[in-house]
Amino acid sequence: MGLEFETGRLADAVNWARKFSLFQYPFVTACCGMEYMALWGPRYDVARFGAEFPRFSPRQADMLMVVGTVTERQGPVLKRIYEQICEPKWVVSFGVCASSGGFYQNYATMPGIDHIIPVDVYIPGCPPRPEAIIDALVMLQEKIQSGRGWSQRQYFVEQERRRLGLDQEGGRQ
Amino acid sequence: MSAKALERLEQRFAECVLETHDFRGDETAVVDRAAIVDVASWLRDEPDLAFNMLTDMTAVDWLLEGREPRFEVVYQLYSVEQRHRLRIKVQVPEEDPVVDTLTRLYGIADWLEREIWDMYGIRFKGHPNLKRILLYEEFVGHPLRKDYPKEKRQPLVRRPENEIADVLARRGKARPLPQPPPRSAR
Repeated sequence: MGLEFETGRLADAVNWARKFSLFQYPFVTACCGMEYMALWGPRYDVARFGAEFPRFSPRQADMLMVVGTVTERQGPVLKRIYEQICEPKWVVSFGVCASSGGFYQNYATMPGIDHIIPVDVYIPGCPPRPEAIIDALVMLQEKIQSGRGWSQRQYFVEQERRRLGLDQEGGRQ
Repeated sequence: MSAKALERLEQRFAECVLETHDFRGDETAVVDRAAIVDVASWLRDEPDLAFNMLTDMTAVDWLLEGREPRFEVVYQLYSVEQRHRLRIKVQVPEEDPVVDTLTRLYGIADWLEREIWDMYGIRFKGHPNLKRILLYEEFVGHPLRKDYPKEKRQPLVRRPENEIADVLARRGKARPLPQPPPRSAR
């Protein structure tokens, strides 16, 4: 029992530490940024949840917050920033535009950032209330504590599948 | 207020002004396409008109109305000294969508003409750098043309599983969706 028990407890302890030290990279492109700023302020004060510190280099962050509308032209930039973040990393899609394109249904707007990068938590709203963001943050913390970064894992599994030329069922294409 | 400007324009370019109208001060002149540079430079340099500012420039696609010629390029002029405005329109046919550039008269015309090229595919003869300004170079077509499909997407990057799903869809298989894990741990 001994070693298994101890490694299990160790993972819990690491996850506990990770969920209260989320360094965010704000990818702020649109009006949702206003609510995002309110989140930092004294009234909502996201520092209470250990996710206070925005880092403006993706190499120093582990939570990517995509705040606002992402155009197709920005797609390669966003993907590159996601790939520059060190593991483990999580993505929060902030507002309907980042989640689904929102009311922009046209040639320019990406219909949701999950077309190019995996997303852990989606926040609805146009823009979302700071309470909704805090709720999403708590959901993400629960997810981190339970050790399920499924979208991220899936992303790399898919990259590998693609490299090997396998289809969804694992067969050769 | 610029009714005077409209009158003077008609006197000076009687053969090039195809049509004018003014309704409650929105003075508009439709000008022959070949004469746009002459008309604009005259309007800019004439001391009592002095339209020294090109506030905006855009285009209209009349495809759904079935109008001939299909396109129209619209110039909004303003005089800072005289404080009056004038709208100039130029008609552009679909088979030869070319207008002479105004970049030598107004610096801002550089970007405005690039935007019109990007969105409508109207070329500007003599423009120093006529390439897309808002969209990416890989984009095919001109999205504000009325025959551009409304739902058409031209993504630059796709997630790997979406690419695989595209391949499967092309082969007639169902599109598999990524499955989240069970929610038991929540």
